Amino acid sequence: MTKAPGTPKISSLADLFAVAYQIEADAVDRYDLLADQMETHNNPELVSLFRDLARAEGIHRDEIRRLAGDIDVVAHARRLAAWGTGESPEQADLSGAHYMMTPWHALKLALAGEERALAFFVSVVGAAKDPAIKRMAEEFVEEEAEHVNLVQRLLRRYPEPPASWPNDPDPPVALE
Amino acid sequence: MSTVDMRLACKPADYRSDVKAIWCPGCGDYHVLMSFTRAFAELGLPPEDIVVVSGIGCSSRIPAYTNCYGFHGVHGRSLALAAGLKVTRPELTVVVASGDGDGYSIGGNHFLHACRRNIDMTYVVMDNRVYGMTKGQPSPTTEPEFDTALSPGGTGLRPFHPLVIALASGANFIARCFSGEPNETASVLVEAIRHPGFSFVEILSPCVTFRPDERAWKNLVHPAPVAATSDPAKAARRIMTDDGFNIGILYRGDRRPFQPAVGPPSVDMSELEKDFEL
Repeated sequence: MTKAPGTPKISSLADLFAVAYQIEADAVDRYDLLADQMETHNNPELVSLFRDLARAEGIHRDEIRRLAGDIDVVAHARRLAAWGTGESPEQADLSGAHYMMTPWHALKLALAGEERALAFFVSVVGAAKDPAIKRMAEEFVEEEAEHVNLVQRLLRRYPEPPASWPNDPDPPVALE
Repeated sequence: MSTVDMRLACKPADYRSDVKAIWCPGCGDYHVLMSFTRAFAELGLPPEDIVVVSGIGCSSRIPAYTNCYGFHGVHGRSLALAAGLKVTRPELTVVVASGDGDGYSIGGNHFLHACRRNIDMTYVVMDNRVYGMTKGQPSPTTEPEFDTALSPGGTGLRPFHPLVIALASGANFIARCFSGEPNETASVLVEAIRHPGFSFVEILSPCVTFRPDERAWKNLVHPAPVAATSDPAKAARRIMTDDGFNIGILYRGDRRPFQPAVGPPSVDMSELEKDFEL
């Protein structure tokens, strides 16, 4: 019924729950990976921010699992091989990371992920023929729209850093 | 479990080890790792049937991050190790990971002869045009004007052209990818692994720490405008005249892979060892 590039076909509520679950699970993994990177590179503020983002996505992931009731979303997502060859929409872009990045950069990455997830569920709503899938997908759209707003509000706390933000006071010798 | 069953069961995450990947944030090699695991999942190969062999350098850390068999070998000698492995265990899928320093400088000679021998394996070189692990020295693919504290005034040297060298030396499959496009790279890797003989895949993988300018590569890469050819003369013309950012499969040859017959040793090893006894 619904098939965005690289995504599994959504032809039942179970599929939709599984895909929604996988989106959040993938986002958790990616934020944890970014937090690990920042830990290695001693950027504690970003470690904490990425861990918080991972925790928030983990709450959404668990909520979807609860909403799915008797459906074993973990097993179903595995059978669907969700995003097996595609990019999970809510995952932050790894190439946007930098060892000196600031919370503003991290939240910009998060915002882009939330917007992609929103666009994905909007496309599911648009393509759904089954009213139950459509209804549930609309709920996910509302949820993602709230997340977009939340990240935008968080971004207001952090002004865009000056252009000099990547200037390392102790730069790699090749760049001196 | 049959291969068909594995195809259904394996997801990219099933090929990741528990070892945390350590590269610089933003490094292209994270995406290359993703492309590896996606390609393995697409091929549905059991992890224990894959061997990832590497040399030394940032890119050569990859075997530790997969749960396939792995060999983190000697600088520049990954192809020699892999060739030995493949001829003795032809049933295994052998993927070799390297970088532009390890593969084209220290391992340059092995590269030529691996192409010439055409053993059925896949050679992936993550090219960032710099020695990242040792802090930014110019590599064989570095531009001549790369002017830094470690190469004042630039090297003034013509860069090595790996794809042309591979073609001239006899590689049977040649492709160029960009790390920032992990799905496309995974698809190319699938084809490279399936293609008989020596497959060479160069992946442009930015070093964001010592070559921050390479972040702009994402704006420079573009799909190859024509389909892969099996005509080496046509491929040579295309590869020699492209801008270095043409992404896709550029050459698919039809040379028969080299696979010597493997049987039980013709000499009793204990007899040989006698000569070396102290």
